[in-house]
Amino acid sequence: MPTRPHYILLPVSPLFIAFSLICAFMLNLMPWGRWIGAPDFVALVLVFWGIHQPRKVGIGIAFSMGLLMDVHDATLLGENALAYTLLSYLAIMIHRRVLWFPLVTQAIHVFPLLLMTQAIQVAVRFAVTGRFPGWLHFIESLIAVALWPAVTWLLLAPQRRAVDKDHTRPI
Amino acid sequence: MEYSPPPLFKQGAPARVKVTVFALISVALLVVDARFHALTSVRQVAATVLYPFQMVALMPRDAMSNMGSYFSSISALQKEVRELKSQQVAMAQAMQQAQLQTAENGHLRKLMDARDHMPVRSMMSEILYDARDPATRRVVLDRGSQNGVKLGLPVIDNAGVVGQVTRVFPFTSEVTLLTDKEQAIPVQVLRNGLRSVAYGRGQSGQLDLRFVAPNADIVVGDVLVTSGLDGMYPAGLAVAKVTQVESVAQGAFGRVVCQPLAGIDRHRQLLIVMSDQPAQPRPPAEAPKANGNTTSRRNLPKMEPIPLPPLPAQPLPPAQPPAAPGTGGAAAAGAPAAAGAATPAATAPAAGAPATQNRPAAPARVTPPAATTPARQPAPARTGEGV
Repeated sequence: MPTRPHYILLPVSPLFIAFSLICAFMLNLMPWGRWIGAPDFVALVLVFWGIHQPRKVGIGIAFSMGLLMDVHDATLLGENALAYTLLSYLAIMIHRRVLWFPLVTQAIHVFPLLLMTQAIQVAVRFAVTGRFPGWLHFIESLIAVALWPAVTWLLLAPQRRAVDKDHTRPI
Repeated sequence: MEYSPPPLFKQGAPARVKVTVFALISVALLVVDARFHALTSVRQVAATVLYPFQMVALMPRDAMSNMGSYFSSISALQKEVRELKSQQVAMAQAMQQAQLQTAENGHLRKLMDARDHMPVRSMMSEILYDARDPATRRVVLDRGSQNGVKLGLPVIDNAGVVGQVTRVFPFTSEVTLLTDKEQAIPVQVLRNGLRSVAYGRGQSGQLDLRFVAPNADIVVGDVLVTSGLDGMYPAGLAVAKVTQVESVAQGAFGRVVCQPLAGIDRHRQLLIVMSDQPAQPRPPAEAPKANGNTTSRRNLPKMEPIPLPPLPAQPLPPAQPPAAPGTGGAAAAGAPAAAGAATPAATAPAAGAPATQNRPAAPARVTPPAATTPARQPAPARTGEGV
């Protein structure tokens, strides 16, 4: 396995976590309409923080974000809440392992989680209305996973420190 | 407590417990919302909290469209103005004729002792966004219960009916489009007044008339308008145009596919029709006195099933003599009549229903001996059923 440097990051700021969640939520609120493949930003950011900061972003936050999405999406209350709850749990389950892999492998680890989120949403809708949106619907997860490296770069940016050598600094 | 562990090891409830609890809560919410529809207040509160966020999220799009319209060239605007003016002139003529016809219609209705059409108020509204759920067809409008929107109000655009308000929040409301699979709208064919119910077809964006008799008088190009029978949609709103008529082989019901006239993909402005017709009290069991008075045809319960009991007793004995000298040549002519009679509730034309109510058995029993005389027994019995 190729070794890559694991930089030591600064502690995360809770304010930044809240800010990123709000941003993701606003992105989800944008009028995507019936564009096929508009990714679920909230789910992606929840997975990210679930893997990187499982102590700070837990299942409770995921549940409440899910409820808000339910109201916005005009779906049944609890549909997104259930999906995000399980998503966050699985993210916390795999968080010790995933971070040792390079970014692309991390994305492959995250893919089944996002797929499961969508599967739960589709299953709930199917159980209630008996309608199936088609397999193309699941392309959302693929696109979200493709965004994983970008999201990682963006959300870890505030925690990075300068890479340049500075001998007066201890680390 | 000097020997208590440092807070490093206090992680709260384990993740497994949390996920179980929250998943159970979600499932409970799902069940309660789906089965009992009891969470409207929760939804209202959350929607109110969400409203400013939604508005902010919609800002970039609105800004884009505003910028686009700001930079749209003068020539385009002039062209639009010209088109609108010519449209207005064309409309003006229709409007003046409509005024005349409205007055005339009111007069005639008074003569016929029929109830007047209610004047209809409406309210302008804009589409905020489409709901994300791909399996349903819903849009969210920017008017809510604060503006007087109520559950079930019809929503139209300049071409026809768009859908119906299915959820109301304080500042927004949710409209289920006609093409949603769970929507149905009572319609009638503009050309001949044939009534039916149009169902949404889901994703294809089309409507369906199901259970249409194979001989029903519907042709491609017919315009369907609301019949107003449900008391929710005012009568006469354009709904759809027939694009395809499938007549299946004998006995089965035909299927009619229609294209909705309203174009929600083209406009953002919609009208909410504030048809506050109080739910009409249903005429309670008018069947016994329906035979007597023929003054007001409109109030007759046209859609009710025809009472069956007298049929086997009365029409059979007189119908049997013609069955004996039957030539059998007109069996084909008898079949459509029987099929038409089999679906009186769904597709009975306007003329059929009053006839059944007013005159019990006489007129239709005259025709079978003349026209349809199949040799077999069941056929006369079935033609008698249409009475």
